[in-house]
Amino acid sequence: MDIHRAIIRPPKAHAPAGTHSSTDFGYLHSVESGAAVDGPGMRFVFFMAGCLFRCVYCHNPDTWKLHNGRKITVDDAVAEIKPYAGFLRMAGGVTISGGEPLMQAPFVGEMFKRFKSELGLHTALDTQGYLHASMDDEWFDNVDLVLLDIKHSDPEVYQRLTAQPLQPTLDFAYRLQRLQKPIWLRYVFVPGWTDGHDDIARLADFVAGLGSIVERVEVLPFHQMGTQKWAQLGMDYPLAGAPTPTPEATAAARSIFAERGLTVF
Amino acid sequence: MGILSQTIVPADAWAGFKGDKWRDAVDVRDFIQNNYKPYEADGAFLAGPTPRTLKVWETLGVLLAEERKKGVLDVSADRASSITAHDAGYIAKDIELIVGLQTDAPLKRAIMPNGGLRMVENGLEAFGFKLDPSVHEVWTKYRKSHNQGIFDVYSPEILAARKSGVITGLPDAYGRGRIIGDYRRVALYGTDALRAFRLKDFRAIENEVFNDDVMRLREEMSEQYRALDELKEMAAKYGYDVSRPATNAREAIQWTYFAYLAAVKEQNGAAMSLGRVSTFLDIYIQRDIDAGVLTEEQAQELIDDMIIKLRIVRFLRTPEYDQLFSGDPTWVTESIGGVGEDGRPLVTKSSFRFLHTLYNLGPAPEPNLTVLWSTKLPDGFKTFCAKVSADTSAIQYENDDLMRPKWGDDYGIACCVSAMRIGKQMQFFGARSNLAKALLYAINGGVDEKSGAVVAKGFEPITGDVLDYDEVMAKFDKMMDWLAQTYVKALNTVHYMHDKYAYERIEMALHDRDILRTMACGIAGLSVAADSLSAIKHAKVKVIRNEAGLAVDYKIEGTYPAYGNNDDSVDSIAVWLTETFMKKIAAQPYFYRNSMPTQSVLTITSNVVYGKKTGNTPDGRRAGEPFAPGANPMNGRDTKGFVAAGASVAKIPYDAALDGISWTASATPDSLGRTDEERARNLANCLDAYSAAGGFHVNVNVFNRDTLVHAMDHPELYPQLTVRVSGYAVNFVKLTREQQLDVISRTFHSKM
Repeated sequence: MDIHRAIIRPPKAHAPAGTHSSTDFGYLHSVESGAAVDGPGMRFVFFMAGCLFRCVYCHNPDTWKLHNGRKITVDDAVAEIKPYAGFLRMAGGVTISGGEPLMQAPFVGEMFKRFKSELGLHTALDTQGYLHASMDDEWFDNVDLVLLDIKHSDPEVYQRLTAQPLQPTLDFAYRLQRLQKPIWLRYVFVPGWTDGHDDIARLADFVAGLGSIVERVEVLPFHQMGTQKWAQLGMDYPLAGAPTPTPEATAAARSIFAERGLTVF
Repeated sequence: MGILSQTIVPADAWAGFKGDKWRDAVDVRDFIQNNYKPYEADGAFLAGPTPRTLKVWETLGVLLAEERKKGVLDVSADRASSITAHDAGYIAKDIELIVGLQTDAPLKRAIMPNGGLRMVENGLEAFGFKLDPSVHEVWTKYRKSHNQGIFDVYSPEILAARKSGVITGLPDAYGRGRIIGDYRRVALYGTDALRAFRLKDFRAIENEVFNDDVMRLREEMSEQYRALDELKEMAAKYGYDVSRPATNAREAIQWTYFAYLAAVKEQNGAAMSLGRVSTFLDIYIQRDIDAGVLTEEQAQELIDDMIIKLRIVRFLRTPEYDQLFSGDPTWVTESIGGVGEDGRPLVTKSSFRFLHTLYNLGPAPEPNLTVLWSTKLPDGFKTFCAKVSADTSAIQYENDDLMRPKWGDDYGIACCVSAMRIGKQMQFFGARSNLAKALLYAINGGVDEKSGAVVAKGFEPITGDVLDYDEVMAKFDKMMDWLAQTYVKALNTVHYMHDKYAYERIEMALHDRDILRTMACGIAGLSVAADSLSAIKHAKVKVIRNEAGLAVDYKIEGTYPAYGNNDDSVDSIAVWLTETFMKKIAAQPYFYRNSMPTQSVLTITSNVVYGKKTGNTPDGRRAGEPFAPGANPMNGRDTKGFVAAGASVAKIPYDAALDGISWTASATPDSLGRTDEERARNLANCLDAYSAAGGFHVNVNVFNRDTLVHAMDHPELYPQLTVRVSGYAVNFVKLTREQQLDVISRTFHSKM
């Protein structure tokens, strides 16, 4: 099938109107106690429910709807992670991912605050940054690292790919530069969508321009593990049967970043 | 000065060794403590394989490929095996550094009818071989086997429990194994001195009252020193004199291996473990290196050569046996590392050298390399082990910090998870009883849910339509009493007869005279039983009965917390089950030879067979579906990742399962970190955390699902692909298809 012709419908409610502003409770999709590639060392990951993007290659479409999540309080979240705090202090830390965690920014901010002050954990935020403008700078005080997902460097393709504009994400990157917040830049490498050399080069220039705050770039080859979830949700997967990238193609994409002096994985 | 140093020891055998106690009495631990050199750095010193090593391995590779095709390459069906039954055999005589084979040719299996003639005959028939008629005649007309003795004693209830599978895997038709001779003693002292010591022990009890115990012991000791003489005779066929101590590294390795070889010539035990030899051998290697007569490359070569031998230990077994314990395992378990009672790590350069064979020769399931993990191990060794795990999936870890207080610092692991002081302790292997099925028996009043036969007599079934937690628990409690009673009766029978008809002469010759014996019971289906009880307690479980009124299925309304998510509301049930069944075992009136009752939470690969034999369970598991292996959570129910799953498993108290608690964890390489260094560090940190939390054992598998799927269809491309299953490792391509699918379907912790 022609993947470019897939129709991606944006969510009805636009940000920040569709976001969740309470600090009393939030919506959690799931947790993972033993993640090792979502920040430095071993991570306990909270996957928050809700996302305003509709990425064609999304491998967790079950996290899109906020209210599909389990309702939890910050105390619940602290209780969930507390048994592992000793281990995480030694071996890694906590990452809040999603979905898009900034859909519930006030709640997630409370989580970070408690994880930092009560448990002394290294904290990471995994986001595409689109909603950053609604938070003040202090919100980021309890975030040690941002895993920033930039899905494409071309605004038009970005819109088609995610159903949202690119600019807020780029603004967010500049903001992190101003705040001197470390970044791990993530780029999902999808044949036919994000594998254009010039597009990657443009992104790599941008990322290199952010300077030393970019500690590493991770080029994540597209995989088909999300297929089942689309089927379970009764939705047509735009990338059903799409090829996964060859190791050579992925290596070539990585070298585009590496050529600009970036540390790439 | 003892008799040894006066008369027998060649001048240079013990030159440079320190300490005295071990000279006057058999005390290998004292020798190690006085002479080993801890090594605290990393693996940078290690040497690769020499062309000679590769040539031996490649020569063998041809035969291994042929064996994979045929199942069994060849059998010496012409004679019953013994320590001296076969002439010397070689892989490549001119270039082998360490010699000795079970028969006169590599991969040619021996037959050992003392365990049971039927097992031998069925095994031969399954692979297209024929037994020599004279062997058949001897074991039918003149000589009784272990197996026959047991079936002369079993009660109808034991037979019914065995048939239904509520008790399974009893070593009543095969050798019990799980006995580790202290093979190091032959290297340190030589067989003549060991014989002299044993004679002294023998004479020390000649004036005692000759009751059953004393007479049995004296007969056994006579067999033991006869076996030591046979070991000497066997070594002589290869041109070596093991009557005297080893004088250098090569001899120390050769002598130790010969002693082990004698054991596997004599016994087809379910697990024939090696013990804890690497740090012992390191003392000899280090002495030779210090003296300038051995290089690192040569030291590695010697280890590589011994490991090659240990990789080709074989037994003839039946297809039914292979279903239970798949992949042709022998459990040549070697325990590596750990920390001494004085706090010094027992890690030496040879600890690294043993693990390094997985690179020099490629991954392999045997020997079953087992790292005794302590949070106090040196970092260099921790990360090296983790790297080897990530690269080969061939090693398992057991918690030295839990075992050392119980068994000291010179214990070894027999089979998968059974710790025992080397040369001072053995176990009566007891396979396991099926707690999930026992729960169904509680619901059905002792009637088997599959066959409809009454297995446990005198019980009333539950008649309500919805299972009531308190009622189920009350009935389950009584059913566990019945199970424990039936089970221990069976085990007493098995081991009485094993001692009588298939006594482990050479292995016991390499033990002290007076030893601790454990009666190692076991449980299977822990997670199924715990989840079932959790469902009954926290959700609503309706019973579906067939026309005969037998509960055959269950309908769950609502949800329940599942074991494996670090949730106390269900993990406490798993703990309760383990502790309660142990108490019921311990309450039995008699344990053969005054043995100490213990239990394990371990299934080996029989979790598949257990599942087959068990009907629908109240947790929603379908009839025939495999159990989770060992103490693992049920597949797919541990939704919070492996750290949470490990935290649940770590709650099962070692005190209530002193024979070990097994957990098998799998991850994809990509999910453990982006680089080799990251993966090794992350894994080492996880092992530390699991140990600190009281976790007992973990198999670490690191591979991609796609690799396994591909290997299923193209086995010829993956001859060495090694996968850890409950307590041991297998060549993935040697598993049955069913077991391969079971391994693949287990949770892959690769969430992104």
